[in-house]
Amino acid sequence: MLRLEARPEASRLWSVASPVLALALTVVIGVLLFMALGKDPVRGLQVFFWEPVKSAYALGELTVKATPLLLIALGLAVCFRSNVWNIGAEGQFVLGAILAGGVALMADKTTGRWIVLAILLAGVAGGMLWASLTALLRDRFNANEILVSLMLVYVAEQLLFYLVFGPWKDPGGYNFPQTRTFESVTQIPRLMQGSRVSIGLLIALAGVAVLWVFLFRTRAGFAQQVGGLAPAAARYAGFSSRRALWLALLVSGGCAGLAGALEVAGPIGQLTPYVPAGYGFAAIIVAFVGRLHPVGMVFSAVLMSMFYIGGELAQSRLGLPKSLTGVFQGLLLFTLLACDTLIAYRVRWAPKQPAAAAAGSGTVPAKQGTA
Amino acid sequence: MTDLRKRSLLQAAALTALAATALVGCGKKEEPAAPAATAAAPAASAPAPAKAEPLKIAFAYIGPVGDGGWTFAHDNGRKAVEKEFGDKVQTSFVENVPESADAERVIRDMASSGAKLVFGTTFGYMEPMVKVAGDHKDVKFEHATGYKTADNLRTYDSRTYEGAYMAGVIAGKMTKTNTLGVVGSVPIPEVVRNINSFTMGAQSVNPKIKTKVVWVGKWFDPPKETEAATSLINGGADVLMQNTDSSAVLQTAEKMGKRAFGWDSDMTNYGPKAHLGSAVINWGPYYIKATRDALEGKWQGGQQSWWGVKEGAIDMVSVAADVPEDAKKRLEEVKAGLKDGSFSIWKGPIKDNTGKEVVAKDAVADDKFLVGINFYVQGVEGKVPGGDKK
Amino acid sequence: MESYALLFAATLNAGTVLALAALGLLVNEKAGVVNLGAEGIMLCAALAGFVTVVHTGIDLLGFAAGMGAGALLAAIFGLLVIWLNTNQYATGLALSLFGAGFSAFAGIKYVQEKLPERPRFSVPVLGDIPLVGPALFRQHPMVYVAIALVVFLVWFLYRSRAGLVLRSVGESPESAHSLGYPVRRIRLAAVVAGGALCGLAGAYLAVIYTPLWVEGMVAGRGWIALALTTFATWRPARVLLGAYLFGGVTMLQFHLQGSGVEVASQFLTMLPYLATIVVLALISRNPAWIRVNMPASLGKPFHPGT
Repeated sequence: MLRLEARPEASRLWSVASPVLALALTVVIGVLLFMALGKDPVRGLQVFFWEPVKSAYALGELTVKATPLLLIALGLAVCFRSNVWNIGAEGQFVLGAILAGGVALMADKTTGRWIVLAILLAGVAGGMLWASLTALLRDRFNANEILVSLMLVYVAEQLLFYLVFGPWKDPGGYNFPQTRTFESVTQIPRLMQGSRVSIGLLIALAGVAVLWVFLFRTRAGFAQQVGGLAPAAARYAGFSSRRALWLALLVSGGCAGLAGALEVAGPIGQLTPYVPAGYGFAAIIVAFVGRLHPVGMVFSAVLMSMFYIGGELAQSRLGLPKSLTGVFQGLLLFTLLACDTLIAYRVRWAPKQPAAAAAGSGTVPAKQGTA
Repeated sequence: MTDLRKRSLLQAAALTALAATALVGCGKKEEPAAPAATAAAPAASAPAPAKAEPLKIAFAYIGPVGDGGWTFAHDNGRKAVEKEFGDKVQTSFVENVPESADAERVIRDMASSGAKLVFGTTFGYMEPMVKVAGDHKDVKFEHATGYKTADNLRTYDSRTYEGAYMAGVIAGKMTKTNTLGVVGSVPIPEVVRNINSFTMGAQSVNPKIKTKVVWVGKWFDPPKETEAATSLINGGADVLMQNTDSSAVLQTAEKMGKRAFGWDSDMTNYGPKAHLGSAVINWGPYYIKATRDALEGKWQGGQQSWWGVKEGAIDMVSVAADVPEDAKKRLEEVKAGLKDGSFSIWKGPIKDNTGKEVVAKDAVADDKFLVGINFYVQGVEGKVPGGDKK
Repeated sequence: MESYALLFAATLNAGTVLALAALGLLVNEKAGVVNLGAEGIMLCAALAGFVTVVHTGIDLLGFAAGMGAGALLAAIFGLLVIWLNTNQYATGLALSLFGAGFSAFAGIKYVQEKLPERPRFSVPVLGDIPLVGPALFRQHPMVYVAIALVVFLVWFLYRSRAGLVLRSVGESPESAHSLGYPVRRIRLAAVVAGGALCGLAGAYLAVIYTPLWVEGMVAGRGWIALALTTFATWRPARVLLGAYLFGGVTMLQFHLQGSGVEVASQFLTMLPYLATIVVLALISRNPAWIRVNMPASLGKPFHPGT
């Protein structure tokens, strides 16, 4: 019978291999699912993993989808590593979009290019503002940040609806709920012709580098993580867990708000009721699958984007339903969590013998990882 | 595990991954031409009605085809096209395409994969379609309920307000409390126009009625629609109309012993006792015409088509047996009048519910006026949310 | 006046869904496990219940199917979280996301289906009392089941031995373990029971409340149920009141719209969520109070033998 045995120290191999195994398991289940639906599994895998990357345009679209996911996930990584559970990144995304949109609406034909910077800063400010509400409530009132941040998502959405249905509605838009299209001067600069990829990609990659340095090379980053995970130890060492809380929420709020600004002044070009696209929640998966590591999250953001785009393509090419995307994403996270146990535990065959051999770990030959 | 074993395990994993990618990449060659055109190079095949190659038509839907409402009606239109033209056409669809940045990708993908006629079935696809139409000048785009056009982009819509008016005629005769209720989705002009037309239709047979409106805030949210309907009934309404996409309102009316109308498609089955009639949209005639235009090379962009009862796009079907004869007679009169153009719903004098006259006596409101309606007519309670912004 | 009675009745109905789910989560959390997967469980259970009633026409079977689906998903969650010690929050989230996707996927064929005619209920005699009758006594039996469940839970948690053991597992699993109780199995039992109740709530939603299947129809009620347990400081009676409060605010919002109150509808829609935040802040403010009420081991993994 299988037994779990704690490893003396976390396995480095499995830290890297676990997401790979999880992906493999998800793919296997996916193949079974395609077969059960009567579709060609190879074609199915192709649509999910090959089509989204097979041309420059496709790669561009992949990037357009992955950039906000990555940005938000970077912020969330800071949070989760500090044991602050910010589930409301979606709300912070929306608030960033709202403030950024507000600034963009102020532009007219004579505004200069500097407005783009103002828009991005407004986005960051919006996200930080919203996250600071959660931080305040946790700091002052001890309110659970999971629930508060989540409730604030709904509030943020309604606020957006109020603005686009009311004060900010396009006067020339036949009363449809949307703001007017932003002036072209507000458009986030694109990286290359013919593709929607913007400088947001560069910002995200810069964020990856900054986060890496912060987490692994600075004292502040170390203090941040300890402050969240072990408040008593942190206090003893002089690290403030209150500071960790605020920093975590402000950073993740700012990242999410920035992503919102990039979306709204980028591919969307106006404020509509459809700005909340679920990126804030998907980014949670991205963060986990990327093991909260900056470089890992780049890969997981790309992977998640492939699931999204593959899901759309699967519809038009194979007639598969859109909900498959959600199934795969949830499945990936599940298998990842299950495979993660292998980092801390070994799986062993332990014959059902009385006490004698059970204690020793050396006598039974290693049969590690049922991959 | 020893370092040696670790290394060989990693090598094996890498090799497997490589092999898998190769397999998947090579498998692609089996697939018959889905040209990977980049946005810069539009697929260059002229519209060819003469050749045997079927015309590829793609549909983008906002909701699921099984919603029994809006998208279901569009998909029925698509099926009508398939039936009419057989193997001269090849249709495909993508459902649940959100009105966001994703829409552009999906529509662009349709255009680059060989579709020559693309239908976008909701307002929110407007900007994406404009962008993609600019990049794919040889593809024809049809946008439902929008207002921006181009050489290769035109709009179409259905006069749902005619269906609402007809429902009003029946409702006015059937109500015992003289209070009607409307479960509204989103306060855009189309919905406000429908509320107004419903009220005017009812007033034409029963001047005493008043209409209460509750907004769900979404097109499709059955539990919320149920709650909205419940609240209207609790507030005294005994005949309900909806502008939302599911059958929840009708089912609630059935449960609470009141009457209601089906919307977008025939919903008789969902509330046999409550059902008074369904205001259905029939997209078939327009889709068939558009396809025929494309096949025969007669398709022209820039047009804004708005079809109603006259063209067969709107109808009131499955009228309940217990609707009184005079109401049914009036209904037929209205239908005939709409068909031959002798009857106009929006003919003055029409006042809004603050008393201001919005359409003068004997004047007929034109389409431009109708498209931007953001006030309630007399008899409707309350104010249009966000409606005072003009 | 009549409309207020009806508003009250609608509130009870709307609150029942939340109450059932929140009570299930309460049982979970009393044992120390947080299940963020409530939304996913409710969705899958709603589908299971709906499909069962479509094919058999028997509501009770639909409820049973919903409970079964809920128990099954919760068991998987429990195994991961209790035996493999995966992070409770992340695993719960995964369950929510997976449940949402899977239910949407599996339910595609059922979106157009309808159920046989829904029965109407009225308690004889009591249901005919003016005002009070329509307000209280014309509800579906499940509304009364929810109330009975509260009574049962109060007895079970605070007056029975089993309940005491459950609570001690939630307060201090290490102590319970050293006393010889099978902590992990008790936690699993609590998780499964809680999942079954969430499943019941989901089934009720799709079979009775809105007899339709549509993807995502739970629309956030699972998350609100989670908020409710904290809101109610983990006491069953308060959970029920809180659920009715929430149901009430939702119905009130429509009632206000229908009466022509001129507040932008979006602010009215925000009300339940703002209310949750305010209450959360108020009750969490006193750390001592939270410590007294919140199961001490909530969210923390338990390792026997460490």
